[in-house]
Amino acid sequence: MGVGSSRLYAAVAAGAFRRYATYRVATAAGVFTNTVFGLILVYTYLALWDERPHLGGYDQSQAVTYVWLGQALFAALAIQGGGFENELMERIRTGEIAIDLYRPADLQLWWLAADLGRSAFQLLGRGVIPFAFGAFFFPVALPDDPLVWLAFLVALLLGAVVSFAVRYLVALSGFWLLDGTGMLQLLMITGLFCSGMTLPLNVFPGGLGDVVRALPWSALLQLPADVLLGEADPLPTFAFQAVWAVALLAAGRLVQAAATRRVVVQGG
Amino acid sequence: MVAEGLRAYRLIAGMWIRSTMAYRASFAMTVLGNLLVTALDFVAILLMFSRVDSLGGYSLPEVALLYGLSVTSFGFADLVVGSAGRLGTRVRDGTLDTLLVRPAPVLAQASADRFAPRRFARMVQGALVLGYALVAVDIDWSVPKTLLLPVTLVSGAAIFCALFVVGAAFQFVAQDAAEVQAAFTYGGTTLLQYPPTVFGKDLVRAVTFVLPLAFVNWLPVSYLLGRPYPLGLPEWVAFAPPLVAVGCCALAGAAWRAGLRSYRSTGS
Repeated sequence: MGVGSSRLYAAVAAGAFRRYATYRVATAAGVFTNTVFGLILVYTYLALWDERPHLGGYDQSQAVTYVWLGQALFAALAIQGGGFENELMERIRTGEIAIDLYRPADLQLWWLAADLGRSAFQLLGRGVIPFAFGAFFFPVALPDDPLVWLAFLVALLLGAVVSFAVRYLVALSGFWLLDGTGMLQLLMITGLFCSGMTLPLNVFPGGLGDVVRALPWSALLQLPADVLLGEADPLPTFAFQAVWAVALLAAGRLVQAAATRRVVVQGG
Repeated sequence: MVAEGLRAYRLIAGMWIRSTMAYRASFAMTVLGNLLVTALDFVAILLMFSRVDSLGGYSLPEVALLYGLSVTSFGFADLVVGSAGRLGTRVRDGTLDTLLVRPAPVLAQASADRFAPRRFARMVQGALVLGYALVAVDIDWSVPKTLLLPVTLVSGAAIFCALFVVGAAFQFVAQDAAEVQAAFTYGGTTLLQYPPTVFGKDLVRAVTFVLPLAFVNWLPVSYLLGRPYPLGLPEWVAFAPPLVAVGCCALAGAAWRAGLRSYRSTGS
C-alpha cells in the first residue's frame, strides 16, 4: 500500500471519527445508559463474587473492573452490532454498492478505516466517563505499569479488527439474503454471549467455557480485559487475536469476490 | 377519547400485523430470533447458578420468579407501547406532523406505529420462566397470595407502560436521547431480575420511592416468599401495586400532554 492510499484511509477514519462526534446528545445519552447498566451489573457481580470469592480466577475488584470495561468497550467494539454494517447492508440492498465497487479504493479497507474511526470516537466519547465513574465509586484493580496499558491498547485494536471482520461478513450476507434482520440478530446474540459481555467467559462452566474462549468473540472483550487485569500474557493473546483477524478478513475477501461476481450477474 | 384511542390503536396495529404476516417465514424467523435474544438474559442467570447456590440469599427458583414477573410485564408493555420509543426520530425528521393532523389520539398512533408482533417473544419467554418458577418455588399458597399474582402482573405491565410513555414524552424535548429511555425501561427490567438484597440501599430507595419499580415484583414477591421487605417497609405495601400503577399512569398521561404541547414542528 503506497503513501497515497494510506493517507486516503487515514482520512476515511478521521471522517468517521468526526461524523460520530457530531451526535452529541446521543453520545451523552449513551454514556448515561452504559453507566446505569454498569451499576446494575456491578451489584450483581459483587453478590456473585460474595458467594464464590475468586470465581473464574478474579477477585472482587477485578470482577468490578471487568464490568466497567465491558460498559466502556460496548459501543467502541460494537459488541452487539450497530456500527457500519447497517449502512453497508442498506447499500447492498439498494444496489448503491455498485458505485462503491467502481471507486479506486478497496471496499474492505475503506470500511475497516471508517469503522476504526468510529470505534476510536466511541471509546473516547462513550467509554471514558462510565469507566471513570466506575473507578471512582467502586473498588477497581488497575495496573500501574504503563506497559500493561500499552499492551491493553494493542489488544483493544486487534479486538476492534476482529469485531469489524465478523460484522463485514455479516453485512456481505446481504448479497444473498434479502432481509438482514436475522443475521443482525445472530450477530447480537453471539456478540453479547460469546464476547463475555453478559458474564466473563472464565466463569462459564467446563466445556462450554473452553468453546467460547476459542471463538473469535473472546478477542473482543474477554482478552483485552484479561491483559489489563494481568490475567493473560500479552504476546500469546495478540497471536490468538491476530490469527482470528487475518482468517476472518481473508474470509471476508473471498466472500466479497463471490458477491462482486453476483453484482455483475445481476447486471447492476 | 379512550375508546377512540383504542379503536385507532386496533386499526393501525391490525394493519401492521397484516403487513408482517405477508412474509410468514420471515416473521417466524424474527420471532425465533427474538426468543433467543431475550432468553440469553435467563441463560446468563442459569450460568451464574451453575457456579453458586444462591444470589443475594435467593435460590434459582426464587430469582426465576422475580425474572418471570419482571420480564412478562415488561414484555407486555414493550409490545403495546414500545413503538412510542421511536418518537424522537419522528420529531427530528418532522413525520410526527402526519400523526397530528389525523383525527385520532397521537399517543395511540405513535404506540401502534410499526406494531411488531415479534415482540410477543419477550412476553412468552418471561411467561415460560414464570411458569417454571411457580412449579419450582416453595410458596405456602393462600387466597391473598393467589390473588396477588395476577394483580401484580397487570400492575407491573401498567407501571412499565407508564415508563415507556414518560420516556416518549421526554423525547419531545431531547430528540436523540432514546438511549436514556432505554436505560430506564430495559435497565429497569434487568434490575428487577435480581433480588433487592443484591443492590445498594440508595439504589433500592430510588427504585421504590422515586421510580416505583420495586412494586413490579420485589415487594409482592417478598410477601409471597415471606421474606423481609427491602428497606423494612410495612407488609401491606405488597398490595399497593395497583395504586402505584394508577398513579404512574396518571403522571405519564400528564407528562405526555405536556410534551405534546411543547412540540414545535420542524416545518419541513
